[in-house]
Amino acid sequence: MKQTPSQTVGPFYSIGLTRQTTNVLVSDATEGQRIGIEGQILDGDGKPVPDAMVEVWQANAYGRYHHPDDKQEKPLDQSFTGWGRSGTDKNGFYSFETIKPGQVPGAGDSAQAPHVNVTVFARGMLVHAYTRIYFADEPANANDRVLNSIKNKARRQTLIATGEKKDGKAVYRFDIRLQGDRETVFFDM
Amino acid sequence: MKIQPYNNRDWKSHPPYLYEAYGSSVKRGPLQKLVPITQTLSEITGPLFSDIKLEQGEADLTRSAQTGIEAMGERIIVVGKVMDEDEKPIRNTVIEIWQANAAGRYQHPVDQHNAPLDPNFIGAGRCVTNDKGEYRFLTIKPGAYPWLNHANAWRPAHIHLSLFGPSLVTRLVTQFFFPGDPLISLDPILNSIPTKSGRRRLIAAYAHDVTEPEFALGYRFDIVLRGRQATPFEKSGR
Ligand SMILES: [Fe+3]
Repeated sequence: MKQTPSQTVGPFYSIGLTRQTTNVLVSDATEGQRIGIEGQILDGDGKPVPDAMVEVWQANAYGRYHHPDDKQEKPLDQSFTGWGRSGTDKNGFYSFETIKPGQVPGAGDSAQAPHVNVTVFARGMLVHAYTRIYFADEPANANDRVLNSIKNKARRQTLIATGEKKDGKAVYRFDIRLQGDRETVFFDM
Repeated sequence: MKIQPYNNRDWKSHPPYLYEAYGSSVKRGPLQKLVPITQTLSEITGPLFSDIKLEQGEADLTRSAQTGIEAMGERIIVVGKVMDEDEKPIRNTVIEIWQANAAGRYQHPVDQHNAPLDPNFIGAGRCVTNDKGEYRFLTIKPGAYPWLNHANAWRPAHIHLSLFGPSLVTRLVTQFFFPGDPLISLDPILNSIPTKSGRRRLIAAYAHDVTEPEFALGYRFDIVLRGRQATPFEKSGR
């Protein structure tokens, strides 16, 4: 059987996909350090994309995914699925309230730096794009195999979110550039 | 930890990011070469929504949940099977759909097409596949609608679908079309798919066995998500 072809979400995806609030991943019971993630999606002219959608998928604070194929002996947090979805507003902004993920093993049982897996959809994108958010304040970034596989160091920087304190909470900024000289690294996976 | 990876995206089936006849792709499709990733736990896991509780009637778009009144238009039943490339059914996976009403207009503030809105039709639905990977929606046949891509541009009637499958890499957003629609061959979004067989696979089949007498016509649209490689770490044989 051949894969069913992908098509764009089009301009009206919010009817089907974002009528409910799905960008808050945490509840009071969730374990881990509360963080915000926010950013802007920009097109090849640097213009905000008001009809894009971002989905995130991440491990819990211990570094375990809420999924049966993750058989690590780490605690599962039943109050945290690790998935969220955010549309963009008229200025191209998306946002999430979540926790900093723990480290999960990667290729060759190396430890991956904490990261959030991102899927980007938009009117004008015939196929969704995969990227990752890493955190600027994580020393483990230096040994992360995925980051190190990107030879061009300027491009590698497109995956690093920088944090600032807002009302005592760390909020990370992660802009996604679909094109241009700072085009975000997207993955074939 | 052993990782059993999924097959790669089949770029003979999927459109490219840049397809000039679809104007919006020109500034929005990534242009740099994608960076290959060796699948890790991060890619082979994904949201499963195993605790999802659907409201009664979420797979029936024909009746307003508020008023209980029926939407205008031609009722249709859409069924299909979600499977992987090895034809294994994908059970318990969420399908979300959205569409225009019978007059070709979306219940969305940005849609200013001069066609009537139907207060009893929102145009959104959800369901979960059963143990055989099957799904079923009852809805209204959407109308064609104009768009500004080129002169006298009309989208063929279509229904948008979003699926997850078992992992992050099986994610799919697509849309399907109706057989015999003369607008199909003129549609740049469908034509962005590089192969004829790929384009054909987005056209639902009329299904007389699904049609219900005195009630609604039936259509079948099967969906194939990425399969999984047999042996951990084995290279894709594609
Ligand atoms: Fe549409």
